[in-house]
Amino acid sequence: MPVTEELTLPESVQDFIEKWRDKPGNLIMVLHKVQEAFGYVPRGVALELARELDVPLAKMYDIITFYHFFKLEKPGRNPVSVCMGTACYIKGGQDLIAELEDLLGIGLNAVTEDGEFSVEAVRCVGCCGLAPVLVVNEEIHGKVTKEKLPEILAKHREVSAE
Amino acid sequence: MTPDDVISALKTSKLRGRGGAGFPTWMKWNFTKEATGTAKYVVCNADEGDPGAYMDRSVLEGDPHSVLESMAICGRTIGAAQGYIYIRAEYPLAISRLERAIAQAGDMGLLGKDILGSGFDFEIELRLGAGAFVCGEETALLASIEGERGMPRPRPPFPSVKGLWGRPTVINNVETWANVPVIITRGAEWFANIGTEDSTGTKVFALTGRIENSGLVEVPMGTSLRDIVFNIGGGIPNGKAFKAVQTGGPSGGVITADHLDTPIDYTPLQELGSIMGSGGMIVMDETDCIVDIAKFYLEFTVEESCGKCAPCRIGGRKLYNILTGTTKGTGTQEDIEKMRTIGSAMQKASLCGLGQTAPNPILSPLRYFRPEYDAHINDKLCPAGVCKDLIRFEILTDKCIGCGVCARKCPVGCISGERREPHEIDQSQCIKCGECFEVCKFDAVLRA
Repeated sequence: MPVTEELTLPESVQDFIEKWRDKPGNLIMVLHKVQEAFGYVPRGVALELARELDVPLAKMYDIITFYHFFKLEKPGRNPVSVCMGTACYIKGGQDLIAELEDLLGIGLNAVTEDGEFSVEAVRCVGCCGLAPVLVVNEEIHGKVTKEKLPEILAKHREVSAE
Repeated sequence: MTPDDVISALKTSKLRGRGGAGFPTWMKWNFTKEATGTAKYVVCNADEGDPGAYMDRSVLEGDPHSVLESMAICGRTIGAAQGYIYIRAEYPLAISRLERAIAQAGDMGLLGKDILGSGFDFEIELRLGAGAFVCGEETALLASIEGERGMPRPRPPFPSVKGLWGRPTVINNVETWANVPVIITRGAEWFANIGTEDSTGTKVFALTGRIENSGLVEVPMGTSLRDIVFNIGGGIPNGKAFKAVQTGGPSGGVITADHLDTPIDYTPLQELGSIMGSGGMIVMDETDCIVDIAKFYLEFTVEESCGKCAPCRIGGRKLYNILTGTTKGTGTQEDIEKMRTIGSAMQKASLCGLGQTAPNPILSPLRYFRPEYDAHINDKLCPAGVCKDLIRFEILTDKCIGCGVCARKCPVGCISGERREPHEIDQSQCIKCGECFEVCKFDAVLRA
């Protein structure tokens, strides 16, 4: 087992836990809040949450690993999500992933060495009319072509450098 | 209106569930109303997981109050004080608009304690999904609200009798909810006059894929597919030929050119081996490979299977493996029979809708596109030119003028030749990306 860093819960998460403590079925909602704060669910936080909510750690991971939305690894500063819903698949979502892998030199679900980008394939983001779609930092880019990718990446790299 | 009046209005309106199954809404509500028990719940299924569909997102973002109002009407009808909206975390805008709408409704006294002085209390809370397609299945969704893994439970008992935390629960899809307030305000007869005898009202579809006008369309039930694709949708772009429409997403099947005049209705679509589904409509043209699309859907359902029951967990994986073989040129004719057997077992024995319908994207095209499967299996050819292992690029020496454009474009540099002389592709290095085929102005690259 790797050494886990001690992590304290940020105030926003603590307040949220207070609000939800007595509501049945609160775990998934609390995990969403944690991921919103950290970008993923760090092991240290999971441990802390287990103590705080009095839920066994095993149960915690039971939930985290069942739901695709929860991440166990830290994503890049600019997470790139390529939509692989049916409409985007038909219109070449797969080619976008291949090109991104080429441009960034990383595989799917990996992070670039400088920590700037990570690439993941996601299920329908509900913008099928704009297919193929990719989402960077919650910004939706529609009708993307391979040629547009360098520009999109550069734009987000700049924003995060500021 | 008394609770009985509401039920009777829904009955007259003949509203059926818009999530796909088409169960009469009044029956669901009535079962829950008649069920005994102190606490009852009202749940909105906003876990729109069908990849390629976004009808519910537009309702939630455009008119969230229609859903809130409807849930309050249901609460009063069946005797529930608490409602939940289970919504995908992938829809952040819809979530923030719903949050705002709930707050607004509370401020105006339309939600909360003693609504409009009636003595009726009703609260609505949001619960977020977390990227599990199976949670669109109602019993899995309820398990997820309870904070558990979203795994389906055997039915019966149905949620209307034993649902959330074991209590009677009405669970409806977003679009179904959005229909109720207009039925109440404009009258059940008005609603029943729209659509067909069996299926009343309108239905929203997400028309996407190879289509000129891509987007959401709302049409009366019974409209023909031809009308939707060629009149509203404006037909297929780039002069390509129409091939099929996939309705019902990963649970549905294909409708071919021969059946374009079929009215969009629950029963006729089932008879064709597809389903209406929640409203996804993916248009395919001649450049789409039917086997590849089936593989795409199977990959999806295999990944999204919760793993609880064996027919879905094992059957889905088997089907996927067979399809992968077919697209790689290792398929055999026996595979077809095998897929039918496994598919039929999954349909009969899977626990929930996900597994029961997972073979549909294979079984339905097998009825209409058998020659395409045969081409993959017998001739090791992909007629649409999609399956990479079954295609090959060659340069026609009589057409190539040796301009060198393809050689410069080739990402792996496997095209060589003297200037003004016919070029050649080194097949051992070719990655079949098709760049040479795209850039050649002289039709000198052959895709076979």
